[in-house]
Amino acid sequence: MTIPIEALRRQKAATKPVADRRSADDPRAELLELERQGELIVQKIDREAVTVSTKYGREKRIQKAHLWHHKSCGQCGHIPGYSTSIFWVMRKLGYDYHDPSDQTSCTAWNYYASATSNSAAQAAVAVRNFAAAYESGYFPLIHCGTSYGHYKEVREELIRHPELRAQVRDIMAKLGKPLVLPEEIVHYSEWFHALRDEIAAKQVRDMSGIVVTVHPACHYYKLVEGDAIYDPDIYGGQRTAVVTGLAQALGAEVRDYSTWFDCCGFGFRHILVQRDFTRSFATLRKIEVMKEEANPDVVLTHDTGCVTTLDKSQFAARAHERNVGLAVLSEAQFAALAMGAHPYRVCQLHWHSADYRPLLEKLGIDWEKAWAEFQSDLRRLESGEKRYLDWDDVDA
Amino acid sequence: MIQTSARHAETDAHYKAPDVAGYGEVPHDEKVRLFEQVKGDFRFADYLFGCYECGICVAACPSAKFYDFSPRRVAQAAAREDVDLIYQQMQEDIWECSQCFSCLRCPRGNNPGGIITIMREVAVNNGLASAKEALVGYSRIIYKIMSSGTQVSPDMLRSDAFPDWGPETADVADNLDLWRRALPAETMHTTSAGWSVADKTLVELYLIWLETGALDMIAEVDRGLHSILLELMEERLEEEGIQP
Repeated sequence: MTIPIEALRRQKAATKPVADRRSADDPRAELLELERQGELIVQKIDREAVTVSTKYGREKRIQKAHLWHHKSCGQCGHIPGYSTSIFWVMRKLGYDYHDPSDQTSCTAWNYYASATSNSAAQAAVAVRNFAAAYESGYFPLIHCGTSYGHYKEVREELIRHPELRAQVRDIMAKLGKPLVLPEEIVHYSEWFHALRDEIAAKQVRDMSGIVVTVHPACHYYKLVEGDAIYDPDIYGGQRTAVVTGLAQALGAEVRDYSTWFDCCGFGFRHILVQRDFTRSFATLRKIEVMKEEANPDVVLTHDTGCVTTLDKSQFAARAHERNVGLAVLSEAQFAALAMGAHPYRVCQLHWHSADYRPLLEKLGIDWEKAWAEFQSDLRRLESGEKRYLDWDDVDA
Repeated sequence: MIQTSARHAETDAHYKAPDVAGYGEVPHDEKVRLFEQVKGDFRFADYLFGCYECGICVAACPSAKFYDFSPRRVAQAAAREDVDLIYQQMQEDIWECSQCFSCLRCPRGNNPGGIITIMREVAVNNGLASAKEALVGYSRIIYKIMSSGTQVSPDMLRSDAFPDWGPETADVADNLDLWRRALPAETMHTTSAGWSVADKTLVELYLIWLETGALDMIAEVDRGLHSILLELMEERLEEEGIQP
């Protein structure tokens, strides 16, 4: 499939742009103005940063080091190799970070699933986490696509509604914290995109024979869309550049498929209590279409729910002899594998359901040997030799 | 402007009868009251700018492909202030939405998914039948997020809870403690939460739930859960010498 890039550009050039009423053109400038008025504090980027372009051309800076990792409950809980791969890649590139326990989830899974929360609570949870990052001196990096999207929504609400700012400021005062927001809300996949050349420079496994499809995460680029990274050199600037840019930098072949815009079928409440919908959508509209149109070795995505949905939904579809059976990884795990990470010690692929072993074999990884090494690690834990594995163990 | 009763009688004829749909009919004034709560939310004006009826949101919507569900109808009903249709949607439709926000493709700048978020909150706050039904089986998850600060936890991965996720789920459950101790990040050795959340952080979270009324929202849909959480939070705050 070919994107009619030139036709789209001509059409856009001939159309008068309409202001997006849903979000600020430059939220950073709005925040700085509110800071000047004494309404809030803006945590500034204070280390080396990479400048990238967003959907409508605003420049966004991505701080490289000294980052406060806002973890994802779904990643840490159900696909822990997603989180450990993010940490591992950052360590390998030599950038320092803080992995806090003074962090809650954004609680937005609950907000979107059960509606047993409200905008004031959600804003207070967001600002409490941002205040914890501010107090630590590290700049926040958001692991979850939903947290990233929701925090952008919260930022819009706080910018637009002084009564919400006042309410949150009062609550923060009771917690002994300021009303603080970061200069930019940054998703981890933006960090991977911004540093893709540095990641590729540390690559030890050849990805040139690997065919990839990309599922762009809805809450990354549909919620407050103006903040997502776009690049004229990737999809002609017609789709978000993250994930695809990294996969291409690593030498993989990214193939297109017709339902790229469709969501994965996660549904928030559906994945937990109404999974007939989730399974159907994930397999019929995503996995099968990818297989029929692109026949990839792996689908890469960049959000918690998308990895979970696309990975877990394939098992039941196999019983119905559907055309499924496709490895699902985050691009962080893919990048870690490219940089030589252990598939079990770092990428924790034994938590995945869809068969990833053919992908490993194509990468020249002896997964049986790797699994035996991991079993050896587990025996050290069982024998009491160690209570926990650490970062030195995973690179042993 | 609120629609007239004559219009309601005409459109009511096309609706599934409330008793068939599993909820009771309510007086017109009650529907107006519920809609006023939706419209009164400060987000409402940020989410609705009229509707071209172009259907782009429906084309983009995953739920519309599988359910008798339409984000266009939601935006139109809200724009027309059609309280009968809005009430019907609050009882029959809103829980089908995937909250993916593909509908933000709307050329008018509407946010039908956001309107649904508000409608769901009003349904919960008022203990509507649809909210009670939608949240059956959800108590443990609400308990988890409100008490632990993380929504999903490793110990939720059990083969009886996720039989359709394959045998790997049972492997995780059988080896949970050991596999968690094999994770190199020291915050992630937990089994009942995604990571280790500091006590001080939880106290701050409890204060947020109490101060914003978020905890009280579940009183109408699950009184027992509300009591358990309230007791847990008040006890913990009392230990810290904090008066919510």
